[in-house]
Amino acid sequence: MNSRHIVSVGLYTAIFGALVLLTLATAGVAFVDLGGELNSIVALTIAVVKALLVILFFMHVRYSSRLTWVFAGAGFFWLLILLVLTMADPLSRDWLEAVIQ
Amino acid sequence: MPETAAAHAHHFDDLEQQHQASWLGMWVFLASEIMFFGGMFLGYTIYRTAYPQAFADASNHLDVWLGTVNTAVLICSSFTMALAVRAAQLGRPKPAILFLLLTIVLGAVFLAIKFTEYYAKFIEHLVPGGAFVYDDALAAAAEIFFSFYFAMTGMHALHMLIGVGLLATLIVKTARGRFSADYYTPVELIGLYWHFVDIVWIFLFPLLYLMGRHFG
Amino acid sequence: MTEPIAERRRHYLNVHYGLTSWLFTTDHKRIAWLYLVSVTFFFFVGGLFATLIRLELLTPQGDLVQAETYNKLFTMHGVTMIFFFLIPAIPAVLGNFLIPMMIGARDLAFPRLNLASWYIYILGGLFTLTAAAAGGVDTGWTFYTPYSSIYSNTHVAVTVIGIFITGFSSILTGLNFIVTIHTMRAPGMTWFRMPLFVWAHYATSLIFILGTPVIAITLSLVALERLFGLGIFNPELGGDPLLFQHLFWFYSHPAVYIMILPGMGVISELITCFSRKRIFGYEFVAFSSLAIAALGFLVWGHHMFVSGQSVYASMIFSLLSMLVAIPSAVKVFNWTATLYKGSIAFDAPMLYALGFIGLFTAGGLTGLFLATLGVDIHVHDTYFVIAHFHYIMVGSAVMAYLGGLHFWWPKMTGRKYPENVARLAAVIIFLGFNLTFFPQFVLGYLGMPRRYHIYPPEFQVLNVLSTAGASILAVGYVLPLVYLIGSLRYGAIAGMNPWNARGLEWQTPSPPPTGNFDVTPTVVEKAYAYESLEPEILYPPGGRAADA
Repeated sequence: MNSRHIVSVGLYTAIFGALVLLTLATAGVAFVDLGGELNSIVALTIAVVKALLVILFFMHVRYSSRLTWVFAGAGFFWLLILLVLTMADPLSRDWLEAVIQ
Repeated sequence: MPETAAAHAHHFDDLEQQHQASWLGMWVFLASEIMFFGGMFLGYTIYRTAYPQAFADASNHLDVWLGTVNTAVLICSSFTMALAVRAAQLGRPKPAILFLLLTIVLGAVFLAIKFTEYYAKFIEHLVPGGAFVYDDALAAAAEIFFSFYFAMTGMHALHMLIGVGLLATLIVKTARGRFSADYYTPVELIGLYWHFVDIVWIFLFPLLYLMGRHFG
Repeated sequence: MTEPIAERRRHYLNVHYGLTSWLFTTDHKRIAWLYLVSVTFFFFVGGLFATLIRLELLTPQGDLVQAETYNKLFTMHGVTMIFFFLIPAIPAVLGNFLIPMMIGARDLAFPRLNLASWYIYILGGLFTLTAAAAGGVDTGWTFYTPYSSIYSNTHVAVTVIGIFITGFSSILTGLNFIVTIHTMRAPGMTWFRMPLFVWAHYATSLIFILGTPVIAITLSLVALERLFGLGIFNPELGGDPLLFQHLFWFYSHPAVYIMILPGMGVISELITCFSRKRIFGYEFVAFSSLAIAALGFLVWGHHMFVSGQSVYASMIFSLLSMLVAIPSAVKVFNWTATLYKGSIAFDAPMLYALGFIGLFTAGGLTGLFLATLGVDIHVHDTYFVIAHFHYIMVGSAVMAYLGGLHFWWPKMTGRKYPENVARLAAVIIFLGFNLTFFPQFVLGYLGMPRRYHIYPPEFQVLNVLSTAGASILAVGYVLPLVYLIGSLRYGAIAGMNPWNARGLEWQTPSPPPTGNFDVTPTVVEKAYAYESLEPEILYPPGGRAADA
């Protein structure tokens, strides 16, 4: 499952540095109006990148078996199903009125 | 005098099988935790889509600097946690205990900041329910925002509290020489749990604190 | 073959005596018994509520109970049966007992978590029973908001906390099964040599892990709303009642697959043994379990067709609901093909299995009617829906549970049950079930709404038939309770393999020793090798695994 790989302090420090930088970046960009939904997209993208860094390196998924990848991915994939399929409802509720008119 | 690794539990064939099972077990549990928090993320998404202005306005009542500091604190704690696991992997109890302690301290700092934030919201009458006061046409939807704020950060804080408790037990066990380079599974697993709690906050921070800032 | 009398030999039942040896056990087989006693208790509690419901519905007027009381009866019937009987029954009783044995392991991966899951189940059950004793809940087991979150004056918070707690029991069981199946199979026990019972429970466990947490958080939010005034489901604040329904059904639809998939696993074992044949299309049946688990997560909106959900979303959910019927149909076809040219024996477990196939087909097909948008508009919230899901949950799941309980009873207890009485009970259950629930299809089609304690007089005849059927069904359920318990004392001693079945669980004494196997078996054959005549050769202890 887990290859017992030992990550170097240097790599951990680099990841840590990247995470701090990304945090400052996301906080800073939040005050700049990028237009439309772009602010949300940028913020979520940065969050996803941060999460990936934690998962792959701090949680050792980068060095783990495919089974670990499957279960780690399954959780997020299922969350995506919950979000996307549910949002289909409120997002399309007023399409019918538009059609009727 | 630290002993060598514990023998594997009798129902396993060997230590390797036990380790594989434990590692997989924690990941399966974390998958369930993703869905647990996920329900609240769904609710947030639905109402944010329905009431974008109110949510942005309400979000601006949160202290973005405290939120940013807290995010940095948690990231530091993930760093120290990863170093603690590394020390355990190398069979070095003293650095392991040091890093576990640092992680606990950082976790406690996070919780303390959270508590001051909650208290501030209480003073400002922004806790949902009978005492909620919001002088704006958007008051209703703002109250929903704060419901999610307290529910999501509250659930997150509860998980952190449990994590701190688990880390304390790890320190005790490490000090008693229960772990070695051959057997450090509990440290590894609680590390996974701690990183997961960090990831939840990585998503909570922008969604709760940052979304209305660009409206100035 | 001869073997020592059970009393002389050490096995899991007599290795330790005393209450503490049971309450602090970590042996998966003893934990299965703890669950068996508990789920049986909750089954009869739920049955009591059902009895009162059916008695009230004998007459069109509300003359037995008040409307508010009736609301509490159907709510508590649903809550008890679903959360405290159907969801745990087969997995926590039969799954716990058999999965380690079927894959050649000494126990589940996490025995102490297994015991913890039973205690958590009991704690949740105590919360819910307390709420029931204090006056119950009247929201329906579906707890729709804002009635449940704001307006109901009944014990909603305590009940949902009880369900929340019990949910963790499910999650831990699922976690245990998944890890055990991945990491603890005996040498030679590849994935495609495992019994289909194990595949079915693996798929069920995926649903436990990915679905249960969602209802946990949903019910927590309802409790928080009631207790602290959080306004998430409050329409006066602009809260959306449909958010609750989406969150609720995201779990509760897959939950019905939690209730049926283990039963399907049981049926695969029964059909093969009592037709003396390999299963037809093993891989198809195995993968269909996974397909049901996965697709089952994509269809929940079919409970919300008339709720105000967007028509376009409804169409998507309707289409996906049609798709999920396909893997279920695959199983029915394959079981039927297994029966073809088999050497059929009509022992009690087989009677339950055959009943399952017929009733599940009826229940499943009526599910397709409900998945059809246009039809559902008319029959939603009528007795048609009630009949549909009782065909699956009672006509199928409960019968699979009873069939499995009978089949593995000799293994679990070392005793045989009385075969003729058992066959009689199976027939009584089958007839009683159909008399109870078939009229309800007609009632629903004619328009009788569900959750009403009064109805138009022209529906009385069908209701009386249904109640009559329920009384027969009750007799059918009490019979096994009596003779199974009686068999513990008076039953004939069962040998290692009274059914001459295939499977590792039959290669160890009845009752098994605590560690299941004296020597870890090495598997060399595929599952269901019924054409082989010499069982002793199939599982040589020790040695290298051969290719199948």
